[in-house]
Amino acid sequence: MKPIDLPEIRALIARHKRYDALFGVLGLIALMVGVLTFVALFADMAWNGMGRLDWDFFTNFPSRRASQAGILSAWVGSTLVMLTTAFFAVPLGVAAGIYLEEYARKNWITDLIEINITNLAGVPSIVYGLLALGLFVYQFGFGQSILSAGLTLALLILPVVILATREAIRSIPQSIREGSYALGATQWQTVRYHILPYSSAGILTGIIIGMARAIGETAPIITIGALTFIAFLPPAPLKAEPPFVSFEWLFSPFTVMPIQMFNWTSRPEAAFQVNAAAAGFVLVLMTLAMNGLAIWLRYRLRRKIKW
Amino acid sequence: MSAPDTLMKTELMEQKAALSAKADVQELDFYYGDFRALKTISMPVYERQVTALIGPSGCGKSTFLRCFNRMHDLYPGNRYQGRIVLHPDNSDLLAPDVDPIEVRMRIGMVFQKPNPFPKSIFDNVAYGLRVRGENSRRRIEEKVEQALQDAALWDEVKDRIHEPAYNLSGGQQQRLCIARALATDPELLLFDEPTSALDPIATTLIEELIHDLKERVTILIVTHNMQQAARVSDFTAYMYLGELIEYGVTDELFIKPKKKQTEDYITGRFG
Repeated sequence: MKPIDLPEIRALIARHKRYDALFGVLGLIALMVGVLTFVALFADMAWNGMGRLDWDFFTNFPSRRASQAGILSAWVGSTLVMLTTAFFAVPLGVAAGIYLEEYARKNWITDLIEINITNLAGVPSIVYGLLALGLFVYQFGFGQSILSAGLTLALLILPVVILATREAIRSIPQSIREGSYALGATQWQTVRYHILPYSSAGILTGIIIGMARAIGETAPIITIGALTFIAFLPPAPLKAEPPFVSFEWLFSPFTVMPIQMFNWTSRPEAAFQVNAAAAGFVLVLMTLAMNGLAIWLRYRLRRKIKW
Repeated sequence: MSAPDTLMKTELMEQKAALSAKADVQELDFYYGDFRALKTISMPVYERQVTALIGPSGCGKSTFLRCFNRMHDLYPGNRYQGRIVLHPDNSDLLAPDVDPIEVRMRIGMVFQKPNPFPKSIFDNVAYGLRVRGENSRRRIEEKVEQALQDAALWDEVKDRIHEPAYNLSGGQQQRLCIARALATDPELLLFDEPTSALDPIATTLIEELIHDLKERVTILIVTHNMQQAARVSDFTAYMYLGELIEYGVTDELFIKPKKKQTEDYITGRFG
């Protein structure tokens, strides 16, 4: 064995460390390309649109005069469509996810269904729009309504909700299930008292991420025929006279935030571009708020659960 | 062999012969798919006695234990053959028409690693009662307190019974799991290496608890610790490669095993 040559080893280490540093720099550049692009876009939009952001902007209908145009019908439309989406996507997606994880036998049919759900999450949204146009708008006769839009977006985010549900359920240790079954619990009791509560943080996060995707969707909503210019609100869901609640709004024509934006960006007048920037800023804030809510909920619900 | 020694043993045998069986295992075979994990096991489990299952890793002792509460039914591809007859009603736990849920309501289980639910101490113990449809808050409270007392945990937790079970130490968590199993008055209690994740002090507490519990419940315990089997059990079964090699009164099996294989294992020459 030859004696240790310290200077040689040190030279070797120094050479290897140069690669370390090189990758560090490359990684940082890669990260900054993404982050800085987003920050620049967001800052530019905020800078352009900030001047238009006042109370009137939120309470005015769109108008031919850019200075009087607002996003009232758009944000109300987006909110109602999101509520409808959540109403359909959440129970369906969560139930399907629970079934696949807890009830379904593991065989080739479940494998096939799994693969298809994963693929559905990657189907272009315009395809969902076409499906919805044929099915909801014409076949079921829901028309170009909030209901049609909500159902379309619900279909769109269903795979996301199912996958998030399964992921959350899978993170529950098997020992918890065995503990429950060993006490004589049925499958439903185990799901109801353990699986659902312990996975709710993950499921909620998945739902909100899906919703954040849906709120920005434009193509399928245009395909089913949302209006680009709308100067009235859907009928109110609450009424003064019995039965006090009304679902007429579900069948009302509507517009949503991204369509309002799209409409304004296609106008020649520069003043409308400012409106579009302001609406975009609001839309990004809505998305960020939803993601923030997801993070907060996850933190709150996970605090109580440790394995 | 000295005369008093023989005498003592005879007394022991007589004493044990008077016991009645809580369960009778009759020619039990168990298959994971095509793999035969248990090979024609027959043995009685005596009422209000502690029976220990020992043997090297992979000998099938946990598999055997999990037959008693039909835990294997949770996973596909498992198959039982033979019978486990539970007395006094002489029902076969493994019969196809017996619902595993019914079996699990009669037979409790404590697992290797403490597995409390991420709920409060109270809710953990109350769960078995709620599963059985008990709604009366008062009755649940009584039962929970009784179970925690029986599991020697009440004094340590009575002031924080609504706090999360995960704040308890490992040994306390395991006693909580014992309380959870006791709350529903099981006829037979299964322990699957209950102290392997615990420190020596917590282990001693659990062993003392097992010793006290046999006054009211029949206990079957899997352990890879032979000293533990010698300390806590009345009967011991030595298993190897899915077969029951030797079964008998613990003191006899450890002092004078009948089979060479058993002797090699308990003296540490093998396993």
